[in-house]
Amino acid sequence: MSANVISLLIEATLQTCYMVAASTILGTLFGLPLGVFLATSQRGELLSAPLVNKVLGLIVNAARSVPFIILVVAIIPFTRALVGTSIGTNAAIVPLTIAATPFIARLVENSIREVDAGLIEASRAMGATPFQIIRKVLIREALPGIMLGLTLAVVSLIGYSAMVGAVGGEGLGDLGIRYGYQRFMPDVMLAVVAILIVMVQLVQSVGEWIAARVDKRAARNRGH
Amino acid sequence: MTRTEPTGASIIFENVGKSFSGADGTGVTALKDVSLTVDAGAICGIIGRSGAGKSTLLRMVNGLERPTNGTVLVDGRDVGRARGAELRAIRRDVGMIFQHFNLMAQRSVFDNIALPLEIAGIAPARIEPRVNELIERVGLTTHRDRFPAELSGGQKQRVGIARALATKPKVLLSDEATSALDPETTQTVLTLLRDISRDLGLTIVLITHEMAVVRDIASQMAVIDGGHIVESGPTYDVFIQSAHPTTRSFLSGVTGVTLPAFLSGRLSKQRNAGDQQEVLRVTFAGPHATDPMLARLSTDLNVSVNILAGAIEEIGPHPFGNLLISLDADRGAEARAYLERHGLLTEVLGYVR
Repeated sequence: MSANVISLLIEATLQTCYMVAASTILGTLFGLPLGVFLATSQRGELLSAPLVNKVLGLIVNAARSVPFIILVVAIIPFTRALVGTSIGTNAAIVPLTIAATPFIARLVENSIREVDAGLIEASRAMGATPFQIIRKVLIREALPGIMLGLTLAVVSLIGYSAMVGAVGGEGLGDLGIRYGYQRFMPDVMLAVVAILIVMVQLVQSVGEWIAARVDKRAARNRGH
Repeated sequence: MTRTEPTGASIIFENVGKSFSGADGTGVTALKDVSLTVDAGAICGIIGRSGAGKSTLLRMVNGLERPTNGTVLVDGRDVGRARGAELRAIRRDVGMIFQHFNLMAQRSVFDNIALPLEIAGIAPARIEPRVNELIERVGLTTHRDRFPAELSGGQKQRVGIARALATKPKVLLSDEATSALDPETTQTVLTLLRDISRDLGLTIVLITHEMAVVRDIASQMAVIDGGHIVESGPTYDVFIQSAHPTTRSFLSGVTGVTLPAFLSGRLSKQRNAGDQQEVLRVTFAGPHATDPMLARLSTDLNVSVNILAGAIEEIGPHPFGNLLISLDADRGAEARAYLERHGLLTEVLGYVR
């Protein structure tokens, strides 16, 4: 493998990391509040707003049922309006974020629904406002689950980021298609696949480690 | 603790009713026309079977449930009509502990107890000494930085109690707080509650299905059945004078004084012709509880008395005895009159041959 190809691989890996990191951060920024709202806005819940809950739920489901590759193409005009171009890593972040947001929202919603209803009752009995309950109780108690959910989201985004390579994004997917497939360089293809596998393994391990660190439910994490 | 004067608040339920509308449009009435006054500084035990409405009643004191009709007054404030900030202010004056503790699993003992203070917007510098004081009060100094998963049930409930006391409430609500604990731990938790009531003077309302809990710490009590209060008053009075079958069945649970099965199966309410034995419940109360009344009865009236079951125990400082006896039915009225004349309470349970 030439030095040129190796530098291409390094560059593509960094581009993938950039796209995944940016879309994870943006997706969490939008997905976390959305997930919290979905988990707390059914009838009779903390932020009871059944109609808004239904509408948002429908939108989230719709966004999640569009295959990612279709989503990328379908929102090209939107992407272009937002970043000025539909090609490159910055442009790829738009569809990646749009795919990540509802996904993260559902994962957050599930984690928060797992929190014992007794804790909400106890906090209400203390005189907590709904916002205090969400901030001090629900998110904190759901944190280990949210961390595992985010891990899952990052792994999915690594896969999606390879797909945007097919439509003019950059990164490892793009490299694999242009060099490994179109120029028939099997060693590049193999290297791309190997790097992706290592990335996913690393993300999974780190995610699980963080989730275990923040989880105080099991005494095994403690020194006693 | 910093307070020495009694700081409890009175709680008044006035003709309180509560109905829930079911999903299919049918309504369920949980409480009907409940009136009850809990004196400031009292420990009031509310006992009832599951589904009797006691939990609903308790949760009206801090507005977790709102009455459909009637009024709930805590320290003169109308909880049922309070909203928003006003309701949250009342809730800070009413601490609550739970059967399943409801501690935050991701917060340490210290942080759990600090939570209500954080919620009240107290400055962190003032939270720390207060929490340390509470941890010491409930005897968990060495567990300050532990997490709930590392504590026993009794320790968790003590964290729950410390948490409930953090904002210096005037009322403490206990929702079956000892039901998930073993008998020994139950005793330590009850002792802690009694000490707190004595030291802080706060009003405690506890709901339970265990008569022993009421007997051990409640100064007043109410028995609830099917959404009604069937009996209420000072605990001792209810124990010795209870007439309602629900109260009776709870009492027999705690005293263990029930008819042996071979007798209860044959017991008839009506007196039949022929040689019959009258089965009586005799309740010894107050100064007569320790008198050898049955021995005197046989001597003075010359009737032979059969003891079927019995026990003597204490409610607070007062001894209290409960005996089941049988004697010749022809002499029943005479014997009952004799016992009543000597300050004992009698009740005819039935007749056997």
